[in-house]
Amino acid sequence: MNTTNSILIVDDENLVRDSLSKWFREDGYEIGVAENAACALKQLQQRRWDVILLDIKMPGMDGMELQLRIREIDTDAAVIFITAHASVDTAVQALKSGAFDYITKPVDPDHLSHLVQNALKQKALSGENIKLREHITEFFKVDDFIGESPVMKKVFDLIGTVAPTDTTVMIRGESGTGKELIARAIHGNSRRKYFPIVTVNCGALPEGILESELFGHERGAFTGAQYQRKGKLELADGGTLFLDEVGNIDVKTQMDLLRVIETKQFSRVGGNQLINVDFRIICATNKNLEKAVSEGSFREDLYYRLNVFTILVPPLRERKSDIPAIADYFVRKCARAMGKEIHSISPDAMDLLISYDWPGNVRELENAIERAMVVGKTSSIHPEELPIHLKDRTRSPAGGSLAALENEYIRQVLEENKWNISRSADVLRIDRATLYNKIEKYGIPRPT
Amino acid sequence: MSASINILNGSSLVRPSELERIAENIGGIYGLPVRCVHAEFDLPKAFDSSRGQYNSTLLLSGLPGIGGTPGPVGPKQIGLVDVDLFIPVLTFVFGEAQLDGEAAVVSTHRLSNQYYGLPRSHELLLVRLEKELIHELGHTFGMYHCRQFECVMRSSTYVEEIDMKKAIPCSGCTARLLELLSRH
Repeated sequence: MNTTNSILIVDDENLVRDSLSKWFREDGYEIGVAENAACALKQLQQRRWDVILLDIKMPGMDGMELQLRIREIDTDAAVIFITAHASVDTAVQALKSGAFDYITKPVDPDHLSHLVQNALKQKALSGENIKLREHITEFFKVDDFIGESPVMKKVFDLIGTVAPTDTTVMIRGESGTGKELIARAIHGNSRRKYFPIVTVNCGALPEGILESELFGHERGAFTGAQYQRKGKLELADGGTLFLDEVGNIDVKTQMDLLRVIETKQFSRVGGNQLINVDFRIICATNKNLEKAVSEGSFREDLYYRLNVFTILVPPLRERKSDIPAIADYFVRKCARAMGKEIHSISPDAMDLLISYDWPGNVRELENAIERAMVVGKTSSIHPEELPIHLKDRTRSPAGGSLAALENEYIRQVLEENKWNISRSADVLRIDRATLYNKIEKYGIPRPT
Repeated sequence: MSASINILNGSSLVRPSELERIAENIGGIYGLPVRCVHAEFDLPKAFDSSRGQYNSTLLLSGLPGIGGTPGPVGPKQIGLVDVDLFIPVLTFVFGEAQLDGEAAVVSTHRLSNQYYGLPRSHELLLVRLEKELIHELGHTFGMYHCRQFECVMRSSTYVEEIDMKKAIPCSGCTARLLELLSRH
């Protein structure tokens, strides 16, 4: 039994105080007794009590009045009224004034024990809830984003503007720019923050699987569907649905998704029952959706539904002034995670980081710092500890376009990982399907 | 005075030979000599006519040797009665003990099947009684309630809960009991 839980028994009858004290002491509770309101208030000023068992009828200040005074001192204590004279009016009044419960003497021993246990459980849950809410609010603070550059300040302003609304947001930007972080910041600063944000990586799942992932399925809907399963749409009820790589959704699922967005209703795969959902949509893409619409691979109506408020995340090369602060942040983060005593980046290494164009954006920068932290032996990071290619390619190839940079970077990562697609996709922080698409797009030949 | 346990038998339902058998088991658990003694209790004094029940706290304070007339004294006295017991705030109790004190009392009243309209089972009554005697005695040695499902020190507010637990303390309570006994 948890001996830290405490009960204050307030009753003018000595016999009642003694009986209750004995009963609860055997359960290992810490017990305090008070014979009247004045005595109880004195005890409450000295320390906190988890549960207060309070007699309603007492000479002088009665239990009802005392309960109001208790609330001024301690809002958390669970008050349980005990009375010998039950009346519906008193019970209603007691509960309305914020009491946890109301019981009449004599009490069934089982009822009394459970009542106190439930009061303690509810008090613990409520305390935990407050802590979690505080934690969530802290966790999603926009201030935690690193970036002082004017372009990023504009992004922060947009997050602050759109977050409290229920507007659909489309986040656009290259791979590795932190689109998911921005989605989480929007969710975390919205009225939906205490509900889940459910991420669907649309690029990572084949057609049939994505449908089942989004809508869920009924038992027997298809071979292998042995159990009913809730889809991400249902799981996001009350919260936010984050559709990452939204440009990769197949045409059939686009149509189904459009219907859900319009009606906020859907049925599971293989089911007929309509399920109502309430969620906000945030989506992200690095694809040219306008081009996909004109080519017919992305539905125009869905495009307009999703593209209500756009946030364009600039690539790292367009906000080089942010690189030192971001790099320092990753050094601190890795040092903590690895337990290493590396605290800074040497001026030479920092010059190298600033002059590089970072086609893989912040994600690539994080990988570079992580690698340097692994091999680093001194208290700061030096140029030789950074990935070789940084030194080789600190300047963009003459006339090199973004696509050319991406092409080169992907080739290099594939070579470094001996064409292991999963590992290369991990390093690039993209899904395998996207990597295959890019290999095909740039016609990168697989070595024989 | 050397440590021992006295069972003050005021029950007409439990035969002395049956109580001796139970006493032997109790002695095995507490590692102390247990004596069964016939006793008369001042039941009218503990009777509450408004409830038709007997106040266990009053009964406890009037046990022979506990602040009253000298009787077969010993460090731990546990009274056994057949009447329905209560403490003022509760509808009933199976028994009551002084936590880390001298005495306890247990009633057979709500331990019998007949009370619940079920067929009589004397054997079951004895099993329940043994568990309750061990439980209340545990409190007199300073033991608290335990959350282990089968531990004899688990709080039982229904007779079914008594049936579910065993007549022995769990390993945690055994360790605590040994520590407490070493102080006696």
